[in-house]
Amino acid sequence: MNDRIASSFNQGKAFIPFITCGDPDLATTKALIRAMATHGADLIELGIPFSDPIAEGPIIQEADVRALASGTTTDKLFDMVREVRAETSIPLVFMTYINPIFTYGKERFLSSCKEVGIDGIIVPDMPFEEQDELEGTCRSYGISLISMIAPTSKQRIEKVASRSEGFLYCVSSLGVTGTRETIDDTAKEMVQAVKSVSCTPCAIGFGISNENQAEHFAAFADGIIVGSAIVRLIAKYGRQCVEPVALFVESMKAAANRT
Amino acid sequence: MKVGRFGQFGGQYIPETLMHAVIELEEAYNHFKEDPSFRTELKELYAEYAGRPSLLTYAEKMTEDLGGAKIYLKREDLNHTGSHKINNVLGQCLLAKKMGKKRVIAETGAGQHGVATATVAALMGLECEVFMGKVDCDRQALNVYRMRLLGARVHPVTSGTMTLKDAVNETMREWTARIDDTHYVLGSVMGPHPFPTMVRDFQKIIGEEVRAQILKKEGRLPDYLLACVGGGSNAMGLFYDFIDDTGVKLIGCEAAGKGLDTEQHAATLAKGTEGIFHGMKSYFCQDLFGQIAEVYSISAGLDYPGIGPEHANLYASKRATYVAITDDEAVDAFAYLSRQEGIIPAIESAHAIAYAQKLAPTLSKDKIIVINLSGRGDKDVAAIARYKGENLYE
Ligand SMILES: Cc1ncc(COP(=O)(O)O)c(C=O)c1O
Repeated sequence: MNDRIASSFNQGKAFIPFITCGDPDLATTKALIRAMATHGADLIELGIPFSDPIAEGPIIQEADVRALASGTTTDKLFDMVREVRAETSIPLVFMTYINPIFTYGKERFLSSCKEVGIDGIIVPDMPFEEQDELEGTCRSYGISLISMIAPTSKQRIEKVASRSEGFLYCVSSLGVTGTRETIDDTAKEMVQAVKSVSCTPCAIGFGISNENQAEHFAAFADGIIVGSAIVRLIAKYGRQCVEPVALFVESMKAAANRT
Repeated sequence: MKVGRFGQFGGQYIPETLMHAVIELEEAYNHFKEDPSFRTELKELYAEYAGRPSLLTYAEKMTEDLGGAKIYLKREDLNHTGSHKINNVLGQCLLAKKMGKKRVIAETGAGQHGVATATVAALMGLECEVFMGKVDCDRQALNVYRMRLLGARVHPVTSGTMTLKDAVNETMREWTARIDDTHYVLGSVMGPHPFPTMVRDFQKIIGEEVRAQILKKEGRLPDYLLACVGGGSNAMGLFYDFIDDTGVKLIGCEAAGKGLDTEQHAATLAKGTEGIFHGMKSYFCQDLFGQIAEVYSISAGLDYPGIGPEHANLYASKRATYVAITDDEAVDAFAYLSRQEGIIPAIESAHAIAYAQKLAPTLSKDKIIVINLSGRGDKDVAAIARYKGENLYE
């Protein structure tokens, strides 16, 4: 297991923010990574913008549009990570659809990940059944392949969990990413099912947007993932988003550890 | 060997949330496709509701005019709702009912698949919601109204390019939000397994009928099969029964839009590269970083940046060939068939007609071409008039 990822679950409940790289531009992304790392983030999920993000709700879809419009490409993204890696040791994980990896070239993509200091990847449109598309290449470069489980996974949880690396991304509810008002107990049952078969840390994401929810989920999970609520701040403040995002991250990390 | 592969193409590249649904679907499909009562019911629906078998019409004037190979038209335009889409929709909706689903959702490009889905949902008492790119809603306004008339809710999709690929994205998103009571009626031989196989199975009746009909009329198999290719369902439906008959040449006609030398086309095999999108490994129009391209065709039904995985395999293995037809050529063919044979083809199907116009004169008179006339052109009349500069609105 990647040591950096493992260490992110050592400071109480982990807080994992998600941002779309290049939204509004890569300089801001870099500033956000630095600020979040010093304001309570334990691991950062870096979204590679994609033309057709089918697991994403409107908030992150729009971030992808802004990021691509600002000229973000996979090459420029690797350059940005290489630079920021020189300044921070926070675990960094790419969240990307499979096509940008496949078309860039699996070898080339994952070797670049290793070279610039990426610790893991999350690929929301690559389920367990297709995992061997990338598993071998990830392993040869020491990049953790982070699996997802969802409320519909049920009997699948055991096999997904048994092959999981880094942490397990538990999708809190049906549907795409976004902010939700209410979230039911499905996530709790999922985490319990994972815990009975595996010791991989569980982080819950999709729909978490405020301190109450952070507290609620952190009570039974090892970490929480927040995307849309942060991306919404970035949309609102543009290049001035670094401070409000840092404050939000700080408050969410604190809320997650109030339990 | 993994499930749902055609050579290296196909697969199930979808969010974990949907895996349960496609596995459940595959199990149900494998069960019911062998179930005698399901087969009888579907056969009955094909015959008594859709109007199958569809005719195989000898295009005598077109044959004479082009002066080469003998041309036959497989008349999917005569099916209820006016295209081949009904074959697949009857199969999937019947299956959805057997699975206890109460609601169907579908994407649509030209609106033909949406209309077919709304139609069969009405027939079978299923709730129906259709996702259609806003651009397509505008160019196929009549079909939008048709779907509403049939009791479906139509959601104009405003993300991305607002065409077919975005409609697929949105329908997938909707499916992840509501799976239990909902079946996604995918409209072509694409998407994650089992869709490419299942949709092809529901469409293969086209080729099976052609075989029987041409043997009766000509006493032999055709030399060429031509079909337009968007996702590829009417083409797979025509080709499938002939794949092992290596003397029969299979030709798919993609949309070259404003030309292959422009950015405005939807010619996946001519210009695309291998990729993984919409649940499948196949070929896609995309950039070097794997961003899916904005594609274009006058024909909303062919305006899609990918192609079904079985076609990708037929292409890679060179069993089938694929050509690209421009808007201008298709529009000419649209008028040509109308004048020559008194049949107004769908603008999608007109792409196959256009290639026949090029191919037939190069062949001797003892050769036989079968063209899949995948749909009728009523839906396109106003848009074609506008393309030709007339101020005609529906
Ligand atoms: C009449 C007609 N033909 C062809 C197509 C293209 O689809 P496919 O390639 O799946 O046959 C469509 C799609 O809307 C259509 O309406």
